[in-house]
Amino acid sequence: MLGEGILKGMAETAKNFAGSFVSAERLTTVEYPEQRIPTAENARVFPILLYDGGDWEAGLRCVACQICEKECPPKCIYIEKSKDKKPDYVGKAQFYPTRFDIDISVCMSCQICVEVCPFEAIKMDTQFELATDDRFGGLLLDRHELAKSNEYYHSIHPTEATEVDARLAEEKAKVEAKAKAAAEAAAAKAAAPPTAPKPAEGGD
Amino acid sequence: MSAVETKSEREEGWNRPPVIEPGGEGELLEVAMGPHHPSTHGVFRMDVALDGERVIRLKPVFGYLHRNHEKIAEGAAYLASMPYTDRLDYFCSLTNNWAYALAVEKLVGQEVPERAEYIRVILAELTRIQNHASTIGFLLQEMGASGTPLMYAFREREKILDLFESLTGSRMMCNYMRFGGCRVDVSVSWLDATRKVVSGLPAFADEFEALLSSNEILMARCQGIGVLKPELAVNASVSGPMLRGSGVNYDIRKVDRYGVYDRFKFRVPLGDHGDIYDRYMVRVLEMRESIRILEQALKDIPPGPIMDPKSKIRGFRPKPGEAYGRIEAPKGELGFYLISDGGPNPYRYRVRPPSLINLTVLEDMCLGHNVADVVLIFGSVDIVLGEVDR
Amino acid sequence: MLAAGSLGLEAELKTVEEIKAAIEAAVSGAQVEVLRNPSPSAQHSLRVAHESALEVAAFLRDDPELAFDYLSNLTGVDWPDKEITEKVKVTRQVLKTVDGPEGKVEQTVEETVDETRKRTEPGCLEAVYHLYSVAKKHGPLVIRMRTANRTDQVELPSLTPIWRGAEFQEREIFDLYGIVFKGHPDLRRILMWDGFKDYPMRKDYVEPDDYEYEPTAHDHVLARAQEHKSREPGSKGAAESA
Repeated sequence: MLGEGILKGMAETAKNFAGSFVSAERLTTVEYPEQRIPTAENARVFPILLYDGGDWEAGLRCVACQICEKECPPKCIYIEKSKDKKPDYVGKAQFYPTRFDIDISVCMSCQICVEVCPFEAIKMDTQFELATDDRFGGLLLDRHELAKSNEYYHSIHPTEATEVDARLAEEKAKVEAKAKAAAEAAAAKAAAPPTAPKPAEGGD
Repeated sequence: MSAVETKSEREEGWNRPPVIEPGGEGELLEVAMGPHHPSTHGVFRMDVALDGERVIRLKPVFGYLHRNHEKIAEGAAYLASMPYTDRLDYFCSLTNNWAYALAVEKLVGQEVPERAEYIRVILAELTRIQNHASTIGFLLQEMGASGTPLMYAFREREKILDLFESLTGSRMMCNYMRFGGCRVDVSVSWLDATRKVVSGLPAFADEFEALLSSNEILMARCQGIGVLKPELAVNASVSGPMLRGSGVNYDIRKVDRYGVYDRFKFRVPLGDHGDIYDRYMVRVLEMRESIRILEQALKDIPPGPIMDPKSKIRGFRPKPGEAYGRIEAPKGELGFYLISDGGPNPYRYRVRPPSLINLTVLEDMCLGHNVADVVLIFGSVDIVLGEVDR
Repeated sequence: MLAAGSLGLEAELKTVEEIKAAIEAAVSGAQVEVLRNPSPSAQHSLRVAHESALEVAAFLRDDPELAFDYLSNLTGVDWPDKEITEKVKVTRQVLKTVDGPEGKVEQTVEETVDETRKRTEPGCLEAVYHLYSVAKKHGPLVIRMRTANRTDQVELPSLTPIWRGAEFQEREIFDLYGIVFKGHPDLRRILMWDGFKDYPMRKDYVEPDDYEYEPTAHDHVLARAQEHKSREPGSKGAAESA
């Protein structure tokens, strides 16, 4: 019969239409922005810098090694290194960035900066509602705007954050154990010579 | 040009578009279709000369999206080009990544662990399914179906893109393959979610076909239109579903057997007539074959590492040489040609875009048809301007 | 496992040397040279001189054993002029005063010195063809053609009459590199607009200084941005100091 194919197609459409009232499978849209679909945990949008503790400047993990600046494909990161050093989370003195700019109108969210960072200092955020009407300045984030606490990182990427924390704690434990062993060895050496002749006292 | 002794019976100029004389009196109407056009799949222009409604001459014009990708790659490291390859055929970013990773692995002789190969196959076939579904949806939209088949295709595409997001972090610009493997490993929960999506795909394919394949309007508008003869298709370097719709049995997954494709049983659908309807059916059947490959791959994926531990992320300097690596991307043969001079940046980086080369025969297919058919024929070629212009 | 060098070519019968021999046997006057590829991909190429390129291409396509009927990829490469510094031994006739039997005498003697010479080896533009066979399912065969230099002798024969797939790709090479393909049915710019003057993919291409510089410019982009800003006060790149 002519038109049979069209009718078969219309039966499909009717099934979907009627089904959208009864089954969640068939109703595929949500009314954004009142309702939102939760983003996947791994989603990546733009980078952020992490800091530990309460003070963002003192706890900033970034040591201005500039690896992310070199590896960034569209070169949207601009770093200026400090002249002095400050202690990092294990207590070692490291440089820090006096200026860390990311131009998120250029950033293409490729995550290569995160992959190459050896210090777990830069991670990806999930916020995408960042529209502004200032073309250059509004989308140029400096290090204060980029700095987010480790707790925030836990709230957006819990599994990843727990892994990173475990790795950093392990590193810290290793460094502390080494320092302790070195201190013990030095103390043992200082208290060591039992039969060395003491210099004669007396005289003056 | 000296006299060429050919061994075939073809006469000279057989692979040039035929010249059609306009009938009747009057001048030709010259129309520029595009670049600002809802049906041109991007910024693309066709300069069409019409005699009434009949197409006498058609010249495609593109370059509106030329972003200089090849020159940027000459100034960037090998790894830094990987996110740019996502943006070539922006519908199928994972297959672009795989083609580039394959070319670099050929250049340095890098071997890929088995688990990574299986993951690549799974992601490539998911990409193929969502690409073919979207292409058919767009083709129907150009026919005037106002988006219903397109939204059905997008419903499945959303499920697949959600899988990509939970694995790679991004729905479309995935940047996932690396030279020698993949970036992150798949978890058990991701594989379960994928199995769930794949188990719903045959029902989707059935629904799609019930909606479309026997639709009289589709058949009337697509059968016999835009015929591409197999000899011309091979000579014009057409690849992908367009080539197979003309009946030529050439699927790079079967010919080159890259990756682990030789472990999966799947068939290659071929068309008989080379018209739009055959290309549509080839895409639908390829979707079903991809579902079969996915089921096999998800069953057999072995445990193991996903990257060769000796491969480098930073400071990657391949020795001088060159390599050409190609894969069967959903749109056709996607190849990368790399010349290395020993430095951290490639000396020459070339993308062989399937969409651009499939457009070579657009004029041949459209001559003599009505201008309304031009849009359909163009939609059945399945191009993405990101790839054509790079 | 993707093993290096294995392309799944169980039907590949001939090596590059054998194909070269077959071409030289079939096409008289063909000058074909094998260029070896040092990378593990083992895709060696044949350099073909352009006088006989059309006949060689027709032979490759129509020969029943080779049957390279599918031109997969056609690309251009720019090899710029190279400055070569080399030490050359030069023998010259020099007038010298030497001790003769009756005192100092002037004589011409031969002297060999090392001279450092600089010469410029002219670069060339190259077209590289990757050929596959749909009938025999083998490949790739890489063919190369080089122009004589980069400035005035930039013509190559077009292989579009042999493989139609070369049509758009030759136009792209003409557009981006400047190689003129003789015999091409419609040679005009394809990606750049028609009035464009230069050849963008060449290694010595200088970009026009007319675009906006982003705030995070650094290295050579920063140098150009500062130069640009010093010429146009105030307007562009204002957020540099943000």
